Amino acid sequence: MSETGFDRGLRTLSGCGLSGMMSLTGETVDGRAIRESIAILHDRSNGLGGGFAAYGIYPERADQYALHIMYYTAEAQEKTEAFLAEEFDVQLDERIPTRPNPDIVDAPALMRYFVLPRPGAPQESHTSAPDYVLERVMRINAEISEAFVFSSGKNMGAFKAVGYAEDIADFYRLEEYEAYIWIAHGRFPTNTPGWWAGAHPFTLLDWAVVHNGEISSYGINRRYLEMFGYRCTMRTDTEVMAYLLDLLIRRHGLSVELACDVLAAPFWAQIERMPERKRRLYTALRQIYGSALVNGPFAIIFGRQGEMVGVNDRIKLRPLVAARKDSWLYLSSEEAGIRAMCSGPDLVWTPRAGQPVIGRLGSDDVVGEPRREQPVGVSQPLAQEVVRE
Amino acid sequence: MRIDAAQLHYRELNRRIREAAAAGETSFELANVNGHRYIADGLKGALDIDIQGVPGNDLGAFMDGPSVRVRGNAQDAVANTMNAGRIVIEGHAGDVLGYGMRGGELFVRGDVGYRVGIHMKAYRGRRPVLVAGGTAGDFLAEYMAGGMLIILGLDRDPAAPLVGEWCGTGMHGGALYLRGEAASWRLAAQSVAVRPVNDDDRDEMRPHLNAFCEAFSLDATALIEDDFIRVAPISHRPYSAKYAA
Amino acid sequence: MSNTPIKNGENSSRARPSAVSASPSRSARAPIYRPPEFLWTHDPERCARCKRCLQQCGFKAISWEDGPVVDQTKCVGCHRCEAFCPQTAITIQANPQYLRPHPLWSDAHRRNLWLQAETGGVLLTGMGNDLPYPVLWDNLLLDACQVTNPSIDPLREPMELRTYLGRQPDELAVATSDGDLELAPTLELETPVVFAAMSYGSISLNAQKAIAIAADECGIMWNTGEGGLHGDLKPYAHRCFVQCASGRFGVTADYLNAGAAIEIKIGQGAKPGIGGHLPGEKVSPQVSETRMIPVGSDALSPAPQHDIYSIEDLRQLIYALKEATNYEKPVSVKIAAVHNVAAIASGIVRAGADIVYLDGFRGGTGAAPTIIRDHLGIPIEIAIAVVDQQLRDEGIRNQASIIAAGGIRSSADVAKAIALGADAVGVGTAALLALGCTLCQRCFTGRCSWGITTQDPALTRRLDPYLGSRRLINLVQAWSEEIQEILGAMGVNAIESLRGSRERLRAVGLDRTTMDILGIKPAGIGA
Repeated sequence: MSETGFDRGLRTLSGCGLSGMMSLTGETVDGRAIRESIAILHDRSNGLGGGFAAYGIYPERADQYALHIMYYTAEAQEKTEAFLAEEFDVQLDERIPTRPNPDIVDAPALMRYFVLPRPGAPQESHTSAPDYVLERVMRINAEISEAFVFSSGKNMGAFKAVGYAEDIADFYRLEEYEAYIWIAHGRFPTNTPGWWAGAHPFTLLDWAVVHNGEISSYGINRRYLEMFGYRCTMRTDTEVMAYLLDLLIRRHGLSVELACDVLAAPFWAQIERMPERKRRLYTALRQIYGSALVNGPFAIIFGRQGEMVGVNDRIKLRPLVAARKDSWLYLSSEEAGIRAMCSGPDLVWTPRAGQPVIGRLGSDDVVGEPRREQPVGVSQPLAQEVVRE
Repeated sequence: MRIDAAQLHYRELNRRIREAAAAGETSFELANVNGHRYIADGLKGALDIDIQGVPGNDLGAFMDGPSVRVRGNAQDAVANTMNAGRIVIEGHAGDVLGYGMRGGELFVRGDVGYRVGIHMKAYRGRRPVLVAGGTAGDFLAEYMAGGMLIILGLDRDPAAPLVGEWCGTGMHGGALYLRGEAASWRLAAQSVAVRPVNDDDRDEMRPHLNAFCEAFSLDATALIEDDFIRVAPISHRPYSAKYAA
Repeated sequence: MSNTPIKNGENSSRARPSAVSASPSRSARAPIYRPPEFLWTHDPERCARCKRCLQQCGFKAISWEDGPVVDQTKCVGCHRCEAFCPQTAITIQANPQYLRPHPLWSDAHRRNLWLQAETGGVLLTGMGNDLPYPVLWDNLLLDACQVTNPSIDPLREPMELRTYLGRQPDELAVATSDGDLELAPTLELETPVVFAAMSYGSISLNAQKAIAIAADECGIMWNTGEGGLHGDLKPYAHRCFVQCASGRFGVTADYLNAGAAIEIKIGQGAKPGIGGHLPGEKVSPQVSETRMIPVGSDALSPAPQHDIYSIEDLRQLIYALKEATNYEKPVSVKIAAVHNVAAIASGIVRAGADIVYLDGFRGGTGAAPTIIRDHLGIPIEIAIAVVDQQLRDEGIRNQASIIAAGGIRSSADVAKAIALGADAVGVGTAALLALGCTLCQRCFTGRCSWGITTQDPALTRRLDPYLGSRRLINLVQAWSEEIQEILGAMGVNAIESLRGSRERLRAVGLDRTTMDILGIKPAGIGA
């Protein structure tokens, strides 16, 4: 029987601001630009949470899982490290470097571990290496109290805390990391748990999701995921987004576009207008994955190694803006957020409801980008710069 | 008066504008604006505000008289419950524009987003007008109660639709003019009726189209003769039969 | 409590199988004073002596002597005469005769006991359990959106109720764009409501026709019940479940292929564990033809299906049916909600059923022993919750849809049932009420004045199937719009986002254990 939540573990809600930037050629930059972007979106959050995800930051250990773990008690750390020693081959463990910041207080212990599954162990349990890692991460989060794995991918990491995002960037010294994808979030939760694990991004393996909105279908999304072994422990509805992406894309092999069509499913009236073959596919998709439809307003930015995606709910109740400049792709809740990290973009546009914007490493073609010949739609850069075409 | 907004928080920026206006200043040039919210909110009188950069959300909310020009794109919630005045956007604008707008004009050269013109209303001689030069997203004119909405679709990609879906749903007043065509399944059949415009309609649109074209140096004479359709409510009481008593 | 005994010996309305021994003295009628339940009154000044009441009463309670004369012991409180009196001169009241109140020996208990003392028979009744057990629907409240999530307006924005019933795969193995999709057959409903099984025989053909027309018009399903499929209803068969019950009435290969789906009836909420009985006098030529039994013969449905004595037998029958229909029809299994319903449902799903139909203890019937109807089974609210959870725990929830029935009274009950985990609900009593029934519980007499639960042509012609279907369509439409309002208030625009989302329900006035079983938090606990 699943838990009914009488422990008053209130689930906190996600009103907020998002930003993301990706180099389609893999060029890396430090975290200052993304910090400026999320700082401009300051008013979308209330200082009770923020975070970043960065891809490409651990190139020397690119084949190892980088576990970022926070501990609220020493006992939690002992237990977890003992567990890690049993289940993994730990190549390196160290504190995550931080810088004291007067606005970031009550920090838990922040450690990172570069690990590989114990040799032969995944095969013994008849599972793949990623599922092996996933299961152990779920176990730590559900069973070792006061320990939370907040990042578990290869060559990527999440950095989150309670505070304003720009302060969190300073706290984690993000200017010292080089990444080709940066994703950021500033949070506006409606209660005050002071709980770092509840901030965005939510991660699983190399998935990272930041979310603006509230999931009104959380109850069933969660119960659906539990059938597949995912355990929701982070008391925030965004968690189900990360797990749904993992289930649909990594485990079930759906393309990103099709997964977005599950999360932000087209309406029956729209499906009726599709050509025959597509209509049958989408009718099947909605029947099979009805419990994975994410209802309620949302704009999300999610990433995995080599990809950054932005998408809205099916009737676009939350804002999301996209932009291109040279080989960079930008996403943000507000155009101002884009301009703070990119002056003079070549193209600024708004994605349609349920239609993802997808940037892929090695491809200059961004899915969801409108054709450039449209003369209207070119942005007007800040005053001093070159004027429109 | 020129204000460099680069290092200013929006509260400070707006405070300076209000103070100067109270002291008699009528012309403002705001430079390096990026994401500053609530500009011109609640302002009254014949003020001129020129914005360079991207203003933040809720530009001109509850505005009652001034003229604002944005030299680029705007974000969401422009002209929210605006009572009078004029806002001109040289680029695109975002979602939820003109929500509850009661008077004045909003002219956007480019595209507008979702839920534009919700519950625009006319009252005692006030009549709001919203004109977009590009395309519009879903839920255009939802619950519209009065005023005029015009979507021109200039320069648009022929494959891109003029308006999205659920257009006019719950409309019970006012009129929406579309330059071109819209597939019938985009228009809320239970709320609206559609027909080509006639001369009376063109007479109604003309002054606003002229003003729009003048604002963007476009040629109005050809524009007014293009094919428009008029989308208008079937009833002022669209839901009177819904309930059992 | 309205009852008529099944009697042995003289004046019997039922032919007892001769194998049952009964000593003659045991069931001789021994009259005892039994106060009538109702008091029929009228205003003689308003009475126009049109004799309409005389014509309309199906129970022969009214005779005539220069005005209506009523045998109060025969009035069952069906209100037909009252409805049709053009002068509104008739009032049917509860008999105001005052029995001294007693917390243990209610009026109903005393009446039942006197009746049994007089007749020696098993008390019989119709419709659903009317004892004051708790109604859990009335202790559950739905969520609404405020501030942190917008509500959606169903009058202006799309709100999707479409529901599919049947077996779903775990995932969509999508080949390349050229791949073809092979899915098990499913049923499409425009709204998550189906009409419950009510056999032709228990209800009139006109009533069943009204239901079939309405199901077709509304894009939902109806169910033949165990009475077979009458020829007149074949045009609506593409919208029906054909039922395969223990008496196998009318079940042929053609019948199985005629409907959209097949339902194996194991039991129903009103009479879990026992069979059914249609007395010979209700087996008219038409009933006979549809059920494929002789005219005037009793139609007896055995308690168990005699080829299902264990779960593996069920699997065998399910696949026999699938083979007989080339795997083109989803197979549903209908059970009464009983104590072990979760494990039973799991077994049913693993046996190959595509739909599990749960009928709670409030479910209705045309005839059942009162003592069975009123004291067996469990509430449907609990049944939905435990079956849904059990199937999820086993990872097989997608393999079958759940239809929940047994006292669904309003669209709020529908929404709550879906939030608990049902895919759709079944409505029986609600449908009959829409056709004019006033719940007098005398269906088993075959004298229904409203023309619903009778085969007497003088009575059945009172129900026009097209007018009846209009009322049913109105009901389904009104409930669908209300469900949309509820979804909108909850900030959800597709029914699948409410389905199984217990998070959107809160309990008031329930104990901790019940809440745990339902998987619901108490009001006051937030997200």
